[in-house]
Amino acid sequence: MKSFEAILKECEGLAFDLNFARAKKWKAEDKKRILVGYLPIYVPREIIHAANGLPVGIMGAGDRKQIIKGDAYYQSYICHLPRGIIEMALDKNLDDFDGFMFPAICDCVRNLSGMFKLSKKGKFQRYFDYPQNFDVLIGGTFYIQEMEKILEDMQAVNGVKVTPEAINKAIKLYNTNRRLIEEIYNIRQQYPWRLSAVETYHILRAGITIPVEEHNEMLEQVVEHIQRERGEPMDNIRVVVTGSFCEQPPIGLIKSIEMAGCYIVEDDFMLGSRQIQGDINDNSKNPLEALADAYIHQSTFTSCFYDVENPRGKRLVKLAKERNADGIIFSAASFCDPALLDRPQMQQECDAAGIPHINFQYHENTGQFKVIKEQAGTFSDSIKLWA
Amino acid sequence: MADPKEAIKEKSMVIQKDMLAKQFHDLSKAKELGKKVVYTFVPGNLTELILSFDMLPVYPEINALQSGMRKKSAAYIREAEKMGHSEDVCTYVKCDVGMMLNGNIGPTGEQLPKPDLLLLSYTGCFTFLKWFENLERLYPGVPVAMLHTPYQEDGKITKDQTDYMVKQLNEEVIPKMEKVTGKKFDPAKLSKLMENSAKAEDLLVKILESAKRKPSPIDAYFAGVYYIGPIFTAFRGTESAVEYYTELWSEVQERIKLGLGPVTPEGELKEEKYRLVMEGPPNWTNFREFWKIFYDMGAVIVASTYTKVGGVYDQGFRHDPKNPLESLSRYCMGVYTNLNLPQRVDLIEKYVKEYKADGFLINSIKSCNSFSAGQLMIMRQIEQRTGVPVGFIESDLVDPRYFSYANIKNRLESYFQMLEQRKIILKQEGVAV
Repeated sequence: MKSFEAILKECEGLAFDLNFARAKKWKAEDKKRILVGYLPIYVPREIIHAANGLPVGIMGAGDRKQIIKGDAYYQSYICHLPRGIIEMALDKNLDDFDGFMFPAICDCVRNLSGMFKLSKKGKFQRYFDYPQNFDVLIGGTFYIQEMEKILEDMQAVNGVKVTPEAINKAIKLYNTNRRLIEEIYNIRQQYPWRLSAVETYHILRAGITIPVEEHNEMLEQVVEHIQRERGEPMDNIRVVVTGSFCEQPPIGLIKSIEMAGCYIVEDDFMLGSRQIQGDINDNSKNPLEALADAYIHQSTFTSCFYDVENPRGKRLVKLAKERNADGIIFSAASFCDPALLDRPQMQQECDAAGIPHINFQYHENTGQFKVIKEQAGTFSDSIKLWA
Repeated sequence: MADPKEAIKEKSMVIQKDMLAKQFHDLSKAKELGKKVVYTFVPGNLTELILSFDMLPVYPEINALQSGMRKKSAAYIREAEKMGHSEDVCTYVKCDVGMMLNGNIGPTGEQLPKPDLLLLSYTGCFTFLKWFENLERLYPGVPVAMLHTPYQEDGKITKDQTDYMVKQLNEEVIPKMEKVTGKKFDPAKLSKLMENSAKAEDLLVKILESAKRKPSPIDAYFAGVYYIGPIFTAFRGTESAVEYYTELWSEVQERIKLGLGPVTPEGELKEEKYRLVMEGPPNWTNFREFWKIFYDMGAVIVASTYTKVGGVYDQGFRHDPKNPLESLSRYCMGVYTNLNLPQRVDLIEKYVKEYKADGFLINSIKSCNSFSAGQLMIMRQIEQRTGVPVGFIESDLVDPRYFSYANIKNRLESYFQMLEQRKIILKQEGVAV
C-alpha cells in the first residue's frame, strides 16, 4: 500500500495536469483505445468504458494556465470555463482526444460544442442532451437514444461494438467508485479533520482523468488511511458548499473557506462523479435501460435538471440536515446562469428551514481570497457565537 | 439622441397596435370572459394548440421587452436583484419577476391575470428552465407542463427527436391543457388554425424576402421586430394575423412599385447606403436611439437572425395542418436559437450572399448566452467565408445600465466608415457594389 502522502501528492498532480499525460499514456498502450473528453456535469461514463474508451473530465484550465487566445473568443460577460477550454484546445492540450461530450448544462457549454465542431477538434463533438421529461418511457427512451449516438460515434473511431456484458462490467466498476467516494464523504462527516476538503477535491478530480480501476484502488487505500486518526479536530463549523458544480473554484478558495473555520462536509465540486446515488443495476439484459433508469430515479439534485416535482432547494436543506451542517455557502462562478438563477429560491428554502447561509462569486482563476476568507470567517464566528 | 416626436406609423402598424391592445384587454378580463390563461415562451411556442383550447397566452419575454421600451425595466430589475438575483443573469427574467412583484401590470396599464397553466416550452434557451422554476414558486399550485425540445445537435431534426416531442405533447402537454380547461383536445380545430398559420407564414416570407431588392423596401430588423410580432405570439393561426400580413404585404408591394426605401420613425429612408445582416436581439430600452444611429447613416438591415427566433419560415418551414403534432414539434426544433453553431454560420453566410449585404454586424446581448456564446467565432467565420467587413457591438435586452449610447455610436460610426472605405476601394477595383 502506498503512503497516504504519496497518494495525495499523486492525486494533486493528476488533478491539475492540463496535458492529461496519464490518460494519453493509457491510450498509447493499445491502438483500439480512445479518449473521450467530457465537460461538467455528468455523462454516463460506463458506456465509454465499455467501448474501450477512457472518459476524461475536462473541468477547465482553472488558475493553472494563462488565458490569451481564449479571451478573444468570449465576451467579458461569459463565464471563464469555456475560454480556458478553448485555450487548451488551441494549445494542443487536448490533442489525442478522439471525441468530446458537452452535457446539456447551459447555453455556453451547448454553444461550445458548436465551436468545437467548427474548429474540428476531435473526431466527434457531441452535445449530450439530458431529457427533461422524467417518464421512463418518454425521457428514458430519449436518454437511451442519446447514449446510442455516443456509442455510434465511438464505434466509428475504434470499431468496438459494445456488448451488454461490457456495459454491465463498467457499471459494476463505477458502482464501486461511487460507493467508495460516498464512504469517504461519510467518514469525513464524522471526522472532517482527517481529510481536508482540498485533499478530497484532489482525490476526486484525479479520478476523472485516469482509468476507473486505478481510481478505485486509490480510493480503497484512502478509505483505509482515513479509518485511522489523522490531524486534529478544530473548533470549526460544518458547511455545505453549493453552486460550484461546473466552473471549478480555485484551490485557494476552498482552502480559504477551510482556514476561515469551516469544515466543508458536503459540496458539489465533482458532482458528475456523484450524481447517481446508489448502485446501478449491473446485471441487466439491457444495461442502457438501467443507466437511463438510474438517471431518472437516482440522480441527485442539480441545476441543469428541471425540478418542479422535486425542488432542489428542499433537497439542499435535506442534504444539509443529513450532513448535520451548521450553514450553507452558496459559491457560484460569475456569470453561471444555472447556479445564479437557482440561488434566490434555494436561499429562501434555507431561510424557511432556519439554516444560515452566505454567498459569493468567483472565477476559476480568482487570485485574491482575502474577502472570501473574511466573509467565511465571519460566517463561522457568527454561527459559533449566536447559533 | 432621438427626437421625442411621435413616430410615423404605417397602417399595418396601427392594425397591430389595435390587435395587441385587444389582446391585453382580453387578458385583463380573462376571468370575466371565462378564459384560461397560459404563460409560455416565444421560441417554440404552441400558440395554435393553446388557441385550440380557447386559452389566452401570455409571453413573459414580450412583457419584459415592453417594459424595456416603456422605461420600466430598470426598476423591475432592481426589485428582482433585491430579492437575491445576481447582476450577472438574464435581465428578461429579472424584469419579469420584478413586474410580477409590482402587481403584474401589463403594457397597456391593465393587470395581467395569474396563470392557470405554466407551459414551459424549453426551446433553445437554458434560462427558460430556470425562469419557469422561479415562476412556479411565485404561483404555487399552478400546474406546469414541460415540453423539452431537443437541440439540433447534428444539424438536423431526426425521427427520434420528433417522436420524443410528440410523446410529450400527447402525454404531458395536452392532458394538462384538457384538465385545466375541461375541454377535449380537438385535432380538427388545431388543423384549421394551422391552415391560417401557413397562410400568414407565406406572407411573412414574402415580406422578409422583399429586402433582397435594392433599395430594400423594409428594414428587416428594426421594423422586422414589429413584422414578426403577431406571428411569433398570440395571433399565429388566427384570421386576424392573416389579415394583418395581407395588409403589410400590400404596403410592401406598394413601396416596391414606387421604389421606396424602409419607413423609419422619422419618415422614409431616402438613400440606402449600406446593407447589413444583423445577428442578435435588439436593445429595447433605447430602441429608437439605437435605430436612429442606423437610419441617420443610411444603413438598412436587410436580414436578421433575431427575426427567426420564432421560426425560420424563410428556410421553408410551414405549419402543416395534415400532421399537426409532428409539425408543431418540428417547428419548435427549427427555431433559430435551437440551431447549432455551424447551422447558424451557414444561415448567416447565406443571408450575406443572397441579400447582397455590405457588412455583417453583431449586437451581442449580455443577457442572452444562447445567442451570445460563440458569436465571436461566428463573426470570424463569416468574415472568412464572405469577405464582408464585420462589426461587433454590445448591449443588453432590457437593462439600461448596459446600453452605452456614446460607445455604440462611436463604434458604429467607425464601422460605417470602414464600409464606406471598402466601397471606394471596390469601386476603384471595378467591382460592382
